[in-house]
Amino acid sequence: MSNNLRINKNNFIDQTVRISFKFNGKKLFGYKGDTLASALLANNIHLVGRSFKYHRPRGIMTCGSEEPNAIVQVGKDPALTDPNVRATEIELYEGLEAFSQNCWPSVNFDIGGINNFLSPLLPAGFYYKTFMWPASFWEKYEFFIRHSAGLGKSPTEPDQDLYDHQFVHCDVLVIGGGISGILSAKLSAEKGLNTMLIDDKSYLGGSTIYQDDDIFKINNETSNVWLKNQIEKLKKIPNLKIKNRTSVAAFHGYNYLLARENLTDHLSINERKEKIRQRLLKIRAKKVVIATGAIERPLIFSNNDRPGIILSSSIKKYIDYYGVKTGENISLFTNNDSAYETAISLNKSGVKVKIIIDIRENPSSILSEKIEKTGIKILRGHTITNTDGYKRIKSIDVMKLSKDGENVVGNKTTYKCDCLGISGGWTPMVHLFTQSGGKLKFRNNDNVFIPDENKTPSEQISVGSSNGDFELDDVIINTVKNIKIFLGLDKNDYENLDIKCSKEKQKRNIWLLPSNKPISKSKPFLDFQNDSTAKDVKLALREGFKSIEHVKRYTTTGMGTDQGKLSNMHALGIIADTTGTNMGELGTTTFRPPYTPLTFGAIVGRNVGEFFDHTRRTAIHDWHVENKAEFENVGQWKRPWYFPKNGETMYQAVQRESKAARESAGILDASTLGKIDIQGEDASEFLNRVYTNAWSKLAIGKCRYGLMLNEDGMVYDDGVTTRLGENHYIMTTTTGGAANVLSKLEDYLQTEWPELNVYLTTVTDQYSTMSICGPNSKKIIKKIIPSLDLSDESFPHMSFKNSKIDNVNCRIMRISFTGEHSYEINVQSNYAKDVWEKCIEAGKEFNITPYGTETMHLLRAEKGFIITGQDTDGTLTPSDLQMDWIIGKKKYDFIGKRSLYRSDTIREDRKQLVGLLTDDPKEVLEEGAQLVESLEKPIDMLGHVTSSYFSPNLNKSIALAVVRSGKKLKGKKLIVPMENKNINVTITDTVFYDKENKRLNA
Amino acid sequence: MFIINCPYCGERDQTEFSCGGEAHIERPKQPTELSDDQWAEYLFMRKNIKGVQFERWNHIHGCRKWFNVVRDTSNDKIHAVYKMGERPPVK
Repeated sequence: MSNNLRINKNNFIDQTVRISFKFNGKKLFGYKGDTLASALLANNIHLVGRSFKYHRPRGIMTCGSEEPNAIVQVGKDPALTDPNVRATEIELYEGLEAFSQNCWPSVNFDIGGINNFLSPLLPAGFYYKTFMWPASFWEKYEFFIRHSAGLGKSPTEPDQDLYDHQFVHCDVLVIGGGISGILSAKLSAEKGLNTMLIDDKSYLGGSTIYQDDDIFKINNETSNVWLKNQIEKLKKIPNLKIKNRTSVAAFHGYNYLLARENLTDHLSINERKEKIRQRLLKIRAKKVVIATGAIERPLIFSNNDRPGIILSSSIKKYIDYYGVKTGENISLFTNNDSAYETAISLNKSGVKVKIIIDIRENPSSILSEKIEKTGIKILRGHTITNTDGYKRIKSIDVMKLSKDGENVVGNKTTYKCDCLGISGGWTPMVHLFTQSGGKLKFRNNDNVFIPDENKTPSEQISVGSSNGDFELDDVIINTVKNIKIFLGLDKNDYENLDIKCSKEKQKRNIWLLPSNKPISKSKPFLDFQNDSTAKDVKLALREGFKSIEHVKRYTTTGMGTDQGKLSNMHALGIIADTTGTNMGELGTTTFRPPYTPLTFGAIVGRNVGEFFDHTRRTAIHDWHVENKAEFENVGQWKRPWYFPKNGETMYQAVQRESKAARESAGILDASTLGKIDIQGEDASEFLNRVYTNAWSKLAIGKCRYGLMLNEDGMVYDDGVTTRLGENHYIMTTTTGGAANVLSKLEDYLQTEWPELNVYLTTVTDQYSTMSICGPNSKKIIKKIIPSLDLSDESFPHMSFKNSKIDNVNCRIMRISFTGEHSYEINVQSNYAKDVWEKCIEAGKEFNITPYGTETMHLLRAEKGFIITGQDTDGTLTPSDLQMDWIIGKKKYDFIGKRSLYRSDTIREDRKQLVGLLTDDPKEVLEEGAQLVESLEKPIDMLGHVTSSYFSPNLNKSIALAVVRSGKKLKGKKLIVPMENKNINVTITDTVFYDKENKRLNA
Repeated sequence: MFIINCPYCGERDQTEFSCGGEAHIERPKQPTELSDDQWAEYLFMRKNIKGVQFERWNHIHGCRKWFNVVRDTSNDKIHAVYKMGERPPVK
């Protein structure tokens, strides 16, 4: 380390604690309290990265979240490496390893640097203009463009870090821990309000905390000493919470804010173990105080991007806070008084300031007078026209400005320097204000957009420099005055402070500084990260782009990870100047969250892996696991898919299960079907209105299949409903539709038919259902419940009986989704596994075969039964499904009835459900495959396959499909074109097996 | 993310609710009497106002009750909340 760059004077850096770190593989060290940027500067490293487009060498330019250049890759671990980290924000920790981005093979020798010399060929919109044709070549171009674009590298392995979410409620949230934030928080907390103060740095006090010059005094103490005392008092207030290292990312309506709290990024790797890395705070505040401060603007002149060119206030912070000299021979270039504060700080620390170039003619103030006494040369009314130095600035060219500021006059003088501080004034940080819906107004005298107090959303206030107050006395007086009104406070200690500070006398602003060279020969950078220049903006205007939003997208100005914090104002200014518009009328681009980038980890929090979604398991789940079921996700449910035996494939298992169910007995866990208990004296009328068929005449103890439509006439859900009593039904729904069906029914009951006396209760979880089917199902039920009369007379198909298995009450329905003689046993879920095991035990002699969803699907397809959501997609009416029989023609009304004879739903060329048989019975179609009539181009798509299986009971391939005018096409030959073959199929009836339904009573 | 004052439960976060679209579109009592155009008006036609809009909301992760909300869609300000069947407040 070049020790002479580190001075020993301040309280902020602990020079007793050395921290070693690596940058681009080189071992370096800094001190506790450093950021990576301050430690690099102390090691005399300015060049940290290459620019995005031209690969120009770039250095550290700021000291905060607005940094456009010094963004680095942190860490090498494939799971933990972090791209695009701002070196100015990351705190130094033992073992930190950082790398430059966007350069190859190294930051010192970067092949992409050739782009800099090609830059005349790479104007704004270069890619749009060049790679337009031939269109088919885009894929080839894209490969190279993508390869050369991008900044950091994403981790390649899953993130092992822990992230957390937390809800926070408070009376007052203060964003920003600078002097105005401190005063606001203290006034709020002292009033007894539950207050939270958030700051993105590790310390409080903003830039005032290191402002130790005696020009700035409060009650006869220098401003830093006074503020430090206030902070000490603040920290003792119990109803105040302080969150450091926390950055507010978004400010939504109703004072809902998101903030990211960094908990471990400043710790050494060993200290991080078992700790939460970041916490996303979801804050609901009654009132919000925005005290986010302002950031310094750069100045726009040719080659203003060289390493060693730093914002002047950042140079001041590096010297006053970190004790780091950013150079040995520093010049300053400014249009306002801020650079003079920097000069004072540098002068005190013994750093040579050779020259201050000020574009103003007569910038006299307390600050400039103090500088003049030190003998530092001030060139008034001058500008820098160019800079030199490739990897570090070496010299500047200075010329006199014309009176109107449009040109330069006289001779050029060159001055040597190794660091240049630039200051183009200040930009209030109004991002959060506008995110929340606030509107800005333009203040002409110093060219800033500030919150419009008449267009500020309620229950929030902006104070301090984020509200456009830049002088110490204005900041304090206005903050105290406004907070007093905002919080309804009485008199307080801050109202009569004795404040001394310098006042800026003259202002002059030139958005694009003139040069002795034509603009086409210069490189005045606006957006340092995205490499867009003032030339690009002017080109965009010449090409006809007028809206600031369009210019932004065309030139990419303000579209980097820094979101144009440094560049947007100048882009606006240059557009306004070029087009002769007032900036206030031009408006700004939209500020969108997040203010600084969020990690995906913080966004998802704990909702990863098994916590990503709820998992629902049936009461019989453990038995399925013990019996080696493979599971399928159906909504949130885990359903047995099939039960492979002895290494069977899925196909083999399903073939075996399907045969067993038809030849002897099968058993299915159907507990996931939605079950809604319906009671009330109008229950029958209610069912009449929600189902397409008639319900009033259904006898107690009988079951009926129902089809439910949307008002548009499209099939929505289906299932069997059983009448348990005079005014008592139990409805079953599809597994996936259960929650939505209940919501829909509740909606109609509450809003359209409040006169109906009906109560709905979901009992999906309370009851478990097992379905036993096959020719031996009757014998198995007989074994379990010997007392039950199972004769067809007493217990016919589509009927139900209450019964008991041992002492467990159960409902037994004789209903079938397979076409076989079958029974559904419904029991209270806590007895379900026991009853299931009894069924298995009783069925052993009949080779009872547990089957899963796949066999269930196959068996019902053999019978042509639809599955809503598989064979339907919200565009099919009952008639399209060839289910006209289920529409109650005599019913006056039901949900969707009127839509069944709209001009569109009665079209004959709608897609309709049909069966398909392949000419080759062994050929199984792919679900989703398209159906066509001929292969002559242009090929007309007639429909697609919705269900397809190889049926072991028919020994051939079967499928269901939806086909245009399908009902009329029975017997028609169609083609299913696949990637490497064409399959010939014939349209058939939808029922493939047991068309006479003989097996139901077998 | 706004806060809705459920008329049955009180103030709750928006995440507990789901929106059911425009309010006060009554299902025709005699749909069969309607022409295709009249039915389509009920079925498909919805306003999408920038400004004050009357909406149906359901406290779906709470009491599951439906109610009406008068909301300004341009700034999410809620002007009134009232139960189903109650008359809308005058603008």
